[in-house]
Amino acid sequence: MADTAKPKGGGTAKSAGGRRRNRKNDTPNLADEQPKDLLDYYRQMLLVRRFEERTGQAYTQARIGGYCHLNLGEEATVVGLMSALNERDYLFTNYREHGYAIAKGISPRGVMAELYGRTTGVSKGWGGSMHMFDTEARLLGGYGIVGGQLPLATGAALAVSYRGGDEIVMCQMGDGTTNIGAWHESLNIASLWNLPVVYVVVNNFTGMGTTVEMSSAEPDLYKRGSAFRIEGQRVDGRDVLAVRDAATDLVERARSEQRPFLLEAFSHRMKGHSVVDPAKYRTQEQADEARAQENDPIALFEERLEKAGVLTEEAKKEITDSVREEVADAADFAENSPHPDVSTLFDYTYATPVANESRRMPADPVFAE
Amino acid sequence: MTETTMAQALNRALRDALAADPDVLVYGEDVGPLGGVFRVTDGLAAEFGAERCFDSPLAEAGIVGTAVGMAMHGGRPVVEMQFDSFAYPAFEQLVSHVAKMRNRTQGAVELPMVVRIPYGGGIGGVEHHSDSSEAYYAHTPGLRVVTPGNPADGYSMLREAIDCPDPVVFLEPKRRYWDRADLELPVRTESMDRAVVRSSGTDVTLIAYGPMVATALETAEAAREEGIDVEVVDLRSLSPFDDATVAESVRRTGRAVVVHEAPMFGGYGAEVAARVTEQCFHYLEAPVLRVGGLDIPYPPPKLEEYYLPSVDRILDAMDRLQWEADWFPEAPPRPRADAVPLPCNDSAGASAGGSDRSRSEVSAWAPSRP
Repeated sequence: MADTAKPKGGGTAKSAGGRRRNRKNDTPNLADEQPKDLLDYYRQMLLVRRFEERTGQAYTQARIGGYCHLNLGEEATVVGLMSALNERDYLFTNYREHGYAIAKGISPRGVMAELYGRTTGVSKGWGGSMHMFDTEARLLGGYGIVGGQLPLATGAALAVSYRGGDEIVMCQMGDGTTNIGAWHESLNIASLWNLPVVYVVVNNFTGMGTTVEMSSAEPDLYKRGSAFRIEGQRVDGRDVLAVRDAATDLVERARSEQRPFLLEAFSHRMKGHSVVDPAKYRTQEQADEARAQENDPIALFEERLEKAGVLTEEAKKEITDSVREEVADAADFAENSPHPDVSTLFDYTYATPVANESRRMPADPVFAE
Repeated sequence: MTETTMAQALNRALRDALAADPDVLVYGEDVGPLGGVFRVTDGLAAEFGAERCFDSPLAEAGIVGTAVGMAMHGGRPVVEMQFDSFAYPAFEQLVSHVAKMRNRTQGAVELPMVVRIPYGGGIGGVEHHSDSSEAYYAHTPGLRVVTPGNPADGYSMLREAIDCPDPVVFLEPKRRYWDRADLELPVRTESMDRAVVRSSGTDVTLIAYGPMVATALETAEAAREEGIDVEVVDLRSLSPFDDATVAESVRRTGRAVVVHEAPMFGGYGAEVAARVTEQCFHYLEAPVLRVGGLDIPYPPPKLEEYYLPSVDRILDAMDRLQWEADWFPEAPPRPRADAVPLPCNDSAGASAGGSDRSRSEVSAWAPSRP
């Protein structure tokens, strides 16, 4: 009892180490893979990494406002999950979604401009970091409220099921979400009504500053669908190929069997909860571990690709250069895009003209028509 | 013409909407075979099948949230919250997602969905089954909040709400579910955006909505016997608010009373009073008054009649609308240190006594000295 109740270290591999399966043996053999795909994963992961680093920088320079949560350390999970979806599948995420937006097919320009709050952003600058949205890419939103997206994603799956479509819905969330009411309501409904949705818990061991062990009575999160007869799996979120395979398996089963699944992917959050979080709840040792080479999905993958001779020095330089260029281009694009105009403030509150709609600005006369 | 209750009119509206559009579907707690607690969905599951009208688990956030997901994909879900207070678990969904989706996507996604909520008291439902929760929703930009006051509006406004591309919180006055009207359905009434003058008058505008419209009309009749000609305005749409109709009426009558079941403090009537004052200030003969529920949690059945605005309480409020030309009492004298009467030099009234009296009065007001 004391063992489970005790906080075991604020986000380290040790904290859940005893329970975690060693996935090394499960990871796909590189020899079975197309080198082109491997290099593509590598490039996407690097793009997310550099993009997020640039985002953090722009945020600390006050070029990006609001709150800002980065995917640093989760790149393999992001890219692995997105490679399991096809173009017509839908994605709902929480507020840590920049990488997902890019990997789902939105241009880094559109994402960066959104972060900058510019009209060229995916939500025309109104969403910012936590509220990306793109119907074309079928990213149906990042959501700033923990658990808020779960009933929505479940409803999207209901719509797909109702129409007899063959799309599936992926609903990403963090580990803390598994304790909120919407989780239980959504999983129950999805299972009851046989909806094609895959819930993905990205477990970075810490809900802001509270560990999984301190907040979840069942810290093995992939088991938490069992009350709803939802099959769950856990995968090493630091291994892009393992994530891809686990996600593909569940996505295709959700599609063919028309029922929900649960996937838990664990990885480390390299920095604080948000850019400005000093992460005081971590010791130096824990922070070092989160950033350690052995937990860095990009360093791990890079090493494997190099050993296998897939990633040559030349290819690495080319990828690194092109990623750097793409991120710089996105930032330039964002910097040079316009802010939303004040005249648009009232444009999208209602779809229809409303009677006597108040469109008054503070300085306008009270009786202006 | 046949006698139709509001519950029957709402039921017919749902049936006609389901028949007219395959994207419409109805779900919620016990709305399927049971037909809902108030039988508003009676027979729909049998007629349209479990695909189009079905029971959901007891999960209000799940119900409203899944409706958002459905509406994002072109569905027109009409979901039911069984009672006013049962909608509170879905509050986060309504306020953070339903209301904001169109704005946050800058028009890329619309949510043509209806959340039906039976609300208000008068049925002995005690505290968790009698709330008037309209102010919470009306306070939220992005939601349309409407409430019918009679069976014809029940039919017409629900059809319009289902057709509306914006999300609508449709508040059904549960004590009026069984009110009857001679009515041939289908019927179309005025646009749901508009307030409607239910009874014309020249002396005072009585502004009401939902369950209080019938009470207001009853009051108007009683007041007429007392010689006061009351105009009753049925708001119908609480958000957006129909300023034009309300202001036009109050400018004519010069007096206004707002009535609702909800507690007064921070209630919807405060917004109405403020808007009327802003737009009709120079036409007003008296302050805008409110008659509302008491500022307490909903009381037990035997005490309901004291809590809910009644004809008598509304008439009492009308009595306080400063009808007499000399209504204002004489201003009391205000003691001021700098207003001390000077010693009188007037020979006619000059007397040592008068002067001394003045001084002694002054000293009584002056701060005591050590």
